[in-house]
Amino acid sequence: MVSRIPVTLVVNGIETQLEVTPWTTLLDALRDHLHLTGTKKGCDHGQCGACTVLIDGRRVNSCLTLTVMKDGAEVTTIEGLATDGALHPLQQAFIDHDAFQCGYCTPGQICSAAGLLAEGKARTEDEIRELMSGNICRCGAYPNIVAAIHQAMGAMGSAS
Amino acid sequence: MIDFEYARASDVADAVRRIASDPTAKFIAGGTNLIDLMKGNVERPSRLIDISRLPLKTVEKTAAGGVVIGALVPNSDLSYHPLIEQQYPLLASAIRAGASQQLRNMASTGGNLLQRTRCYYFYDTATPCNKREPGSGCSAIKGLNRMHAILGTSDACIATHPSDMCVGLAALEAKVHVMGPGGERTIVFEDFHRLPGETPHLDTNLHPDEIVTTIELPARGFATNYTYLKIRDRLSYAFALVSVAAALELDGGTITEARLALGGVAHKPWRDPAAEAALRGQAGDQTSFARAADLLLRDAKRFAHNAFKIDLARRAIVRALTQAAQGTPQSQSDKKIR
Repeated sequence: MVSRIPVTLVVNGIETQLEVTPWTTLLDALRDHLHLTGTKKGCDHGQCGACTVLIDGRRVNSCLTLTVMKDGAEVTTIEGLATDGALHPLQQAFIDHDAFQCGYCTPGQICSAAGLLAEGKARTEDEIRELMSGNICRCGAYPNIVAAIHQAMGAMGSAS
Repeated sequence: MIDFEYARASDVADAVRRIASDPTAKFIAGGTNLIDLMKGNVERPSRLIDISRLPLKTVEKTAAGGVVIGALVPNSDLSYHPLIEQQYPLLASAIRAGASQQLRNMASTGGNLLQRTRCYYFYDTATPCNKREPGSGCSAIKGLNRMHAILGTSDACIATHPSDMCVGLAALEAKVHVMGPGGERTIVFEDFHRLPGETPHLDTNLHPDEIVTTIELPARGFATNYTYLKIRDRLSYAFALVSVAAALELDGGTITEARLALGGVAHKPWRDPAAEAALRGQAGDQTSFARAADLLLRDAKRFAHNAFKIDLARRAIVRALTQAAQGTPQSQSDKKIR
């Protein structure tokens, strides 16, 4: 019999109880247990960034994260970025700049960019490109992604 | 992924007790390499001992003017820590050259030291690999070996150590403090990682029942004349073909101290005392840099697909020493090599 371990996560602001096997990744917990399918499974090996979410405000690859290790953590996914029905500035900027084609990498791109903005280390487009290199876009929307993040950085900077 | 049990260590002593009592268990901290290897059936621990909540997360000054880094400090936090940025910018730069920001947010300092090679055959359980299955043979020696080692290889293994951070730590002569059932001991960085020899399944000299607790840097930080130059197949988020950590102290135009460590070329960060000695007392110019590069690469051995690495390493060493001497370190965001 497989032993399941109780875990409490605060997912997009809502306290959530789970019982998971030790090998359940956070990605699988989000998608298969909580049915939050915005977070995407791309490579499942930490090479593409499609699974990027924020844990306690920091961007991580959820495919390489064991759920049991994150008991008590706050998890933010793409579903949790909008507030009161208003898009997050990054979501609006991705629309404004047409920063996607197929859209599969987009939730990871936006969560990663949210982490990047919180870190405050990128100022130039070169720095955005370098600090976003963990998110692969096979449609090649990179120029528009960089432009979108640059816009959101300005919008959020001037708002604060 | 394979079936395994999960336990959480309550303190360092508890972690040591747990690992010492179960040889099939493994520690997990960031998990960025271990979980990937477990998904591929390369690592098959029966139990994971979670050490991620142990209080090893600080970066502090030492009485000797250096710093001591907790083994669980995330790579990203370490690279942006004021003490590291100011006193050891070479280390900050090397860390930022590796992986992606998501992975650096997860990966721990101690785990970075213990990551396994990215040799494709090590990952492919359908092929022989002496590192994965001792005695089964090496598929890389006569296989696809473009990424593989040119220095310190053996007939059993030509894998490289993948870390960038460790190349910086080697140049800075870090020390690794570890705890085992018999107490603490200190391993100088040079002795931490091993060459493959006949035992390529052993990456390091850490005993199976020991845990890395802290990494200590001596006071000397080479904050003025340094660079970390990484050459890879794409501009970011790729393992090094060749990387060079160069650190100099200069008196006028004369080199008084030199450190040179290479990544992507051997089973461990590669230093060569003869090459560094050849730089001391010399003018910091292209002649002395080229001589040091030739000395460091004198025993380089090429395989079918990686002969280019010898020329690449020679040029990267000369360029890195030039950048260090000029005080113009390689930017890890503006990728132009000057």
